[in-house]
Order: sequence, then C-alpha cells, then structure tokens
Amino acid sequence: MDLSIEAGEFLAVLGPSGCGKSTLLRMIARLSVTNGGRIVTEPEQFQTAFVFQDAHLLPWRTVLDNAALPLELMGAGREERYTKARAMLAQVGLAEAETRYPAQLSGGMRMRVSLARALVTEPRLLLMDEPFAALDEITRFHLEVQLRDLWQRRGMTVIFVTHSISEAAFLANRAVVMTRRRGGIKLDRRIDLPAQRTNDLRSDARLGHEMRLLMGAMEEE
Amino acid sequence: MKKLLPPLIPFVVITLALEWMVRSGFLPRYLVPAPSAVLRALVDSRDELAAAMVKTSAAALIGFALSTLTGVAIAVILSSSRAIQRSFYPYAVFFQTVPIIAIAPLLVIWFGYGMKTVIASAFIVSIFPVIANTLTGLLSTDPALRDLFQLYGASATVTLVKLRFPAALPQILTGLRVASGLAVIGAIVGEFIGGQGLGSVVDVARTQQRVDKVFAAVLLASVLGLALFGLINLISALTLRRWHASEATME
Repeated sequence: MDLSIEAGEFLAVLGPSGCGKSTLLRMIARLSVTNGGRIVTEPEQFQTAFVFQDAHLLPWRTVLDNAALPLELMGAGREERYTKARAMLAQVGLAEAETRYPAQLSGGMRMRVSLARALVTEPRLLLMDEPFAALDEITRFHLEVQLRDLWQRRGMTVIFVTHSISEAAFLANRAVVMTRRRGGIKLDRRIDLPAQRTNDLRSDARLGHEMRLLMGAMEEE
Repeated sequence: MKKLLPPLIPFVVITLALEWMVRSGFLPRYLVPAPSAVLRALVDSRDELAAAMVKTSAAALIGFALSTLTGVAIAVILSSSRAIQRSFYPYAVFFQTVPIIAIAPLLVIWFGYGMKTVIASAFIVSIFPVIANTLTGLLSTDPALRDLFQLYGASATVTLVKLRFPAALPQILTGLRVASGLAVIGAIVGEFIGGQGLGSVVDVARTQQRVDKVFAAVLLASVLGLALFGLINLISALTLRRWHASEATME
C-alpha cells in the first residue's frame, strides 16, 4: 500500500472486514510494528489521539477525570488538566455531566466523553476506529455532525476507519477503499461535497452520488 | 431489617425443631446438644470462650492480612511476565493443594506452640485464592485501554497503579471474600495443633464429651467468619458501588 495523507485532511478508510483497516490505524499510532513497510511522518513526533470502537472509559473515574486522563498521564498539573478537560467537555455538550460515572451515561454520551478525552491534548492527528458503529442511528448522525464541526474548528488531521459507506461519504473530504487482499487501494476519491455538512445533506443527491461511487468500488471487491 | 428477616426465619424454625427433637428424646443429647444447652455453655464458659475468640480472631485477621498483602504482591510479580508466570505459578498452586492438617505439626516444629503457628496456618490456607483472583484480574485488563496508556507514554508502574490494579479490584475482592472464610478455617486447624483459641476449646471439649461446648465454640468460629466476610462486603460496596455492576445501587 502506498498512501500519502496531507495535514488537515479528513480521510475515511473503507474496506471489507479483515482487509487491515484497523491494523493500518494501529501502525500509524505506533501501537503495532509495520511488517516490511515504512510510515514516515512530518514532523517525526507529534501528538496523536485514538478513538476506539467502544468508548473504553475507566469506569471508576468520573466523566471529568476520564476526559483529563491523557493530560494526567503526560504529567500536566491538576489545574491545567481540569481546565482543559472542562473546556473540551463543554465542546461535546457534556458540561453538566462531569461528576457522573460512565455507568450512569448512555452509549452516545460515553462516546462523547471518549471524543473529549481524545481531543483534550489538542492532537495534530486523530485516529478513529469505527467509533460510532455501536450507536443508534440518530445518535450517530448527531455525533457525525459534531465531529465534522470539531474538525473544522481545530484543523487536525483525521483518519476515520469505518465500514459504513454513508458515514464515509458524509464525513470525509477524501475516501480510500482498501482491497480485500491486505494492503491494496481500490479507490482513492476526493469527496465533492460542501465544507459545511449538516443533516440536510443526508438526503442530498450529491451525497447519493458519492455513496454510489464508493459502493461500486466496495462491491467489486 | 428487611434483609435480616428472611435468613432469620429458617434459623428460628430449625432451632425450635432441634430443641424439640432433643427434648423428646428423638436425638440423643450426647450426640446433638439442645440449642438451649449450647446457649447455657456459651453463658457458663463466657470468659474462657471470649478469651479464645479474641485469640482466634487476632490470628485469623493477621493471617488474612498477610495473605492479602503477599498474595497481591505475588500476583503483581507473576503478572509482569509470562516466563515468570510459567516458572512460579505451579508453586502457588501448591498452597491450594497442601493438606494443612498434615503440615500443621511441621509448623509447630518451625514456629513452636501458640500464635505464630496459628497465623502461619491461616496464611497458608488463605493465600491461594488471593493470588489466583488477583492474577486473573491483572491479566484481563482491557487491551484498548492498555494501548491508550501506551499512546500517552505511561510507564509500567503508572499503568499498574492507574489502570491494571483498579480494573482488577472486583476480582481481588472476590479473592478476599473466599480467603476470609479460609483464614478462619486455617486458624482453627492451626489451633488444634498449636493449642490456643477456639480450636483448642473444641479439642479439649471433645475429649470431655462436652458436645454443647463444642457447638458453642463452632458457633463463635462461624460468627467470626461471617464478620470477616461482612467486612469485605462492606469494603467492596464502598469501593465499587459507583462503577461495578456487582455493587450497583444506581438511582
């Protein structure tokens, strides 16, 4: 596979199960070692965040302490971590919930805490592995709009793995379809949709067109 | 009160039935004492029994505390590498399989009669469930969370303290619950040989054909076991209630 990603891009990675989408993310995050290949980044070191399929919060910590965890692990002071975590929770609409525990939250709220936790370090690169797959559709729509909004405001690079064609087309500026054989790229497409993405776009013919193209590439696989 | 009533009913019924069966001569009183006789033994020998209870409680508690501390420490070491686990875990199982009654005389040779032997016996019997449960807990940390800690550069110690240990807490408490009962059993067995406390009361009363006193001592031993069990449940409820399903008391 040969793939080059621009800074500030919102890239969706699609492909059949087992094609190596998640492995690709883990290798970019340096959580897995590459097998023969190389991943070069510019600059070499920068802040990365990872959002998993499920929220994966620490159930014994409050929402606030969960959101502040990355800063805590990186050695930030108490004041700084709570200020930043509070600001981030407010951005995902969870300011009221900071003293609650994960068990007291809905699935969508937990995923928003997970998102706040990822963004609290102001990462240059955000890696997301099917983060909304387990949510109901309305919650998912809502979070997609929110994510897109956060991306536009912060200008970080997002690599978003999904097997939802509609999600990929709605969210991304560029979508890549991987081949079943590990490591190939079937389609690399710049998504031709307006920058401002709202729920109205979901019934728009232009989105339908993008989805058909992506689906065609998926089906040939 | 609502929680106390259900177990209290069978207790009252069985006690009354037993009393009636012994008084009517259906059960010979040299085999099974009437509950009233057990109560009388409790009252008559209260000083002796109270002193024995204090000794047994102290030994069981110290033994239990030792197996908690060493058990958790051993599990942390075992969990640190697969090679260490393979080499040493079989020896931890030894504690599970050792017949304590057979090695109790050996403990007397090593530690002499009295407290040390009793504590050692309580310790040996109760350490394995602590090791086994803690190890399971430490090894079943959510891999995604481990990745997360790695991503933010957390050291092995930080990961242990902030992630693996709290995540293992429900299993650790399960281990402690099992161990608390075993520590009392271990203390009593140690006392049979080591010669003090409730175990010794049972042993002496047995040779005197005082079944009522044997029952009184056994009753106190189980009260001790229940109290320890209740203590662990209390700790468990206080630490887990906000986040673990087993203690959930959410509104």
